Amino acid sequence: MPANARPLSPHLSIYRWQIQMVTSILHRATGIALAAGTILLVVALLALASGPDAYGKVAAFCGSWLGMLLLVGWTWSLAYHLLNGIRHLWQDLGYGYLPAQFVRNGWIVSIGSLILTALVWACVFAQRGGA
Amino acid sequence: MNARLRSPLKNALGLGSARAGSHHFVVQRLTAAALVLLGLWFVWIVLELLHLDYAGAHALVAQPCNAVLLLAFVTAVFWHAQLGLQVVIEDYVHTRGSQLLLQVAVKFLCFIGAAASVLAILKIALGR
Repeated sequence: MPANARPLSPHLSIYRWQIQMVTSILHRATGIALAAGTILLVVALLALASGPDAYGKVAAFCGSWLGMLLLVGWTWSLAYHLLNGIRHLWQDLGYGYLPAQFVRNGWIVSIGSLILTALVWACVFAQRGGA
Repeated sequence: MNARLRSPLKNALGLGSARAGSHHFVVQRLTAAALVLLGLWFVWIVLELLHLDYAGAHALVAQPCNAVLLLAFVTAVFWHAQLGLQVVIEDYVHTRGSQLLLQVAVKFLCFIGAAASVLAILKIALGR
């Protein structure tokens, strides 16, 4: 909160929700989620470096329902941030700014992220079933 | 007449009021481009690690090629995370004290995370 209250422009509460703003908000939200997810990355690497007992604990956590829930969330966050990040790089090159292209690319990224997440978890369960 | 009311030197240096110019923008894109490739590789190695036991997982990460790519991945991840979180804090935290505290905390935590990851990967790669 600002130290002294100043007049603010109308914000989220007044705009009609549309894909242009949702993709932007989700890019930040998934970025923050992924930054939090690096805690598991560091813990897993330290566990792998320190021995089988520690690694077993991390593996057990990842296999628990809470661990799986977090991992599904992080898989989708990574898929979305990756695809929308590629879209941002594409836009940095100056492409995809016409409203029709912008909306179309937003849907491609959103639906693509769900497909990518499903593909990754299909691989996870195929390996588990096969092993 | 200089319409931007800046000296020619300021225009030439292009450093702006933050004295950093486009450095943040460029490094954010550079780490993003690296993470497009390294991120896809990371998903692959995690899927491989899932069906390995401890010894197998240790051996896979210890392979020089994988260890180097993992070092590159964690470096790019924490660098990119710091740059991204910095912008989020700049945009939404408007109190000077909290802003400074959060920015410093994010920088410290990202560096600690990167250092811990690098140490772990080196310990795995350089032997038992």
